[in-house]
Amino acid sequence: MRQAFVAALTELAGHDERIMLLTGDLGFMLLEPFARRFPGRFINVGVAEQNMVGIATGLAEAGMIPYVYSISPFAVLRPYEFIRNGPIYHRLPVRIVGAGGGFDYAHEGISHFAIEDIGVLRLQPGMTVIAPADHEQARSAIMGTWNLPGPIYYRLGKGDRTAIPGLDGKFALGRLQTVREGADLVMIAMGSIANEAAKAIGLLAQRGISCALAVVASVSPAPIADLMEVLSRFRVALTVEVHYLSGGVGSLVAEMIAEGCLPCRLVRCGVKTTPAGVTGSPAYMLQVHELTGAQLAETAVKTLQQI
Amino acid sequence: MSTQNMVTPLDIRRIILEQSKRAGVGHIGSALSIADIVAALYESALHIPDPDDPERDRFVLSKGHAALALYATCFLKGWLSEEALNTYCGDGSHLGVHPELGVAGIDFASGSLGQGLSIGTGCALAARLQHSSRRVFVLLSDAECNEGSVWEAVMFAAHHRLSNLVAIIDVNGQQAIGYTRDVLDLSPLTEKWKAFQWDVHAVDGNDAAQVKRVLESLDTAAGPPHVLVAKTVFGKGVSFMEQQIRWHYMPLSDDEYRQALVEIGVVS
Repeated sequence: MRQAFVAALTELAGHDERIMLLTGDLGFMLLEPFARRFPGRFINVGVAEQNMVGIATGLAEAGMIPYVYSISPFAVLRPYEFIRNGPIYHRLPVRIVGAGGGFDYAHEGISHFAIEDIGVLRLQPGMTVIAPADHEQARSAIMGTWNLPGPIYYRLGKGDRTAIPGLDGKFALGRLQTVREGADLVMIAMGSIANEAAKAIGLLAQRGISCALAVVASVSPAPIADLMEVLSRFRVALTVEVHYLSGGVGSLVAEMIAEGCLPCRLVRCGVKTTPAGVTGSPAYMLQVHELTGAQLAETAVKTLQQI
Repeated sequence: MSTQNMVTPLDIRRIILEQSKRAGVGHIGSALSIADIVAALYESALHIPDPDDPERDRFVLSKGHAALALYATCFLKGWLSEEALNTYCGDGSHLGVHPELGVAGIDFASGSLGQGLSIGTGCALAARLQHSSRRVFVLLSDAECNEGSVWEAVMFAAHHRLSNLVAIIDVNGQQAIGYTRDVLDLSPLTEKWKAFQWDVHAVDGNDAAQVKRVLESLDTAAGPPHVLVAKTVFGKGVSFMEQQIRWHYMPLSDDEYRQALVEIGVVS
């Protein structure tokens, strides 16, 4: 998704000279196409994410559209109060671009995990929060939202190769993308983990269980009407995300079920405990947190047996 | 300029005392210490034909807790009505202890220390990229320089030679619950900014004429960014407030209010 982002932004910047790209000293072998083509609109601000967001606030007040790039926790958590008091409060078009969703930077350790980014930004009114599931959807989301008023957070997975079957680059603000229909239960996924959900659905099909798959990429504004419609058709829903159980899509769906008084059993699949002190590949980390396709299928089977 | 739009330190101080007394709120000492600096800025340095003009100079009050000095100035400039000024800290008012949006003359909301210089740096960078002669003035407190993010902006502005950026530090030597020399000593402050490659000017921040002269002497078209290290007296003009920690927070009693008005010279 990172490559898709840079390609899309470089294209947009060719049409609109208000677009700028700031980085907190990250993006080696990634941001160069933009930097080469628009050297005057690319700035490496140094390892200083708070200042980067403050500068972007000043730039946006003067009519520019700055994109600030870093690895997700550094882009969101370090300058969180700058984001709140700057672009959110002043309603300015600053774009926070976080590289890596969940355990994408697994080997780097917990400092690099994006497992609470969605939660802390979703609770801010006026903040658009977008978490694409694959690179095609990332491109659509960036091309479709670049000139929105107000700030946006893009949570971009590292992968640029794996596409979610049936998603076909679809994206719309405030909408849910249903990529597979089903009868027995629905999985609602956020981010590239949707691929594991798709694998789980294949495994469930072999056991005669029909599972639907929906993708939430427009986290804020949330696809409220679409979620209500889907949740009202199923007795069981599994939310799937590489994020703490609080604050992410699991929380969002729980809110919908409670507020809509829907008779739907919800299981939130996500990061349940602090993953500090454990290292390994992204695949290994998914295994530890029971988020692989096989584990998600098991969770689905067990849940169906309980109801 | 017509006399009704004059911004004098005395009028700013008078309004600070009147409004804080009427509203029964504190932060009086911090506002009094910047009265002369704000008067100098709005009487001379800041080019603001209209507070909505996109090509106006920008002002960031990074030490947001002194907002009353800025509201007084907006009133004196004729941007804020007396009726609006009199809502200060009232229910539903746009005029809080810290600057909020929605007030003509307030470019940025503030209140969390250490953020204004970064924003001002972005404003200055934008002006350069847009080939505009806009300038940016940021007023910080000395204790605000405890915040690490201030120094991120200091490094960036110097590296990019943002000559159109002017920082003013209100060095009143006090922070919320102690004196800066006891809490986190900033000295030598001018040497620190010099070491970061800024154009540094030590001034008497309670001498509006001197602040004005220095501001007018700055080359904002080329060279490094500028900083005025402005030595001030906290609570300046009211003897019982001067350099007293408690006046960071305390509101005025009736007797104190009467004495304060006498001391600044608006009643005898």
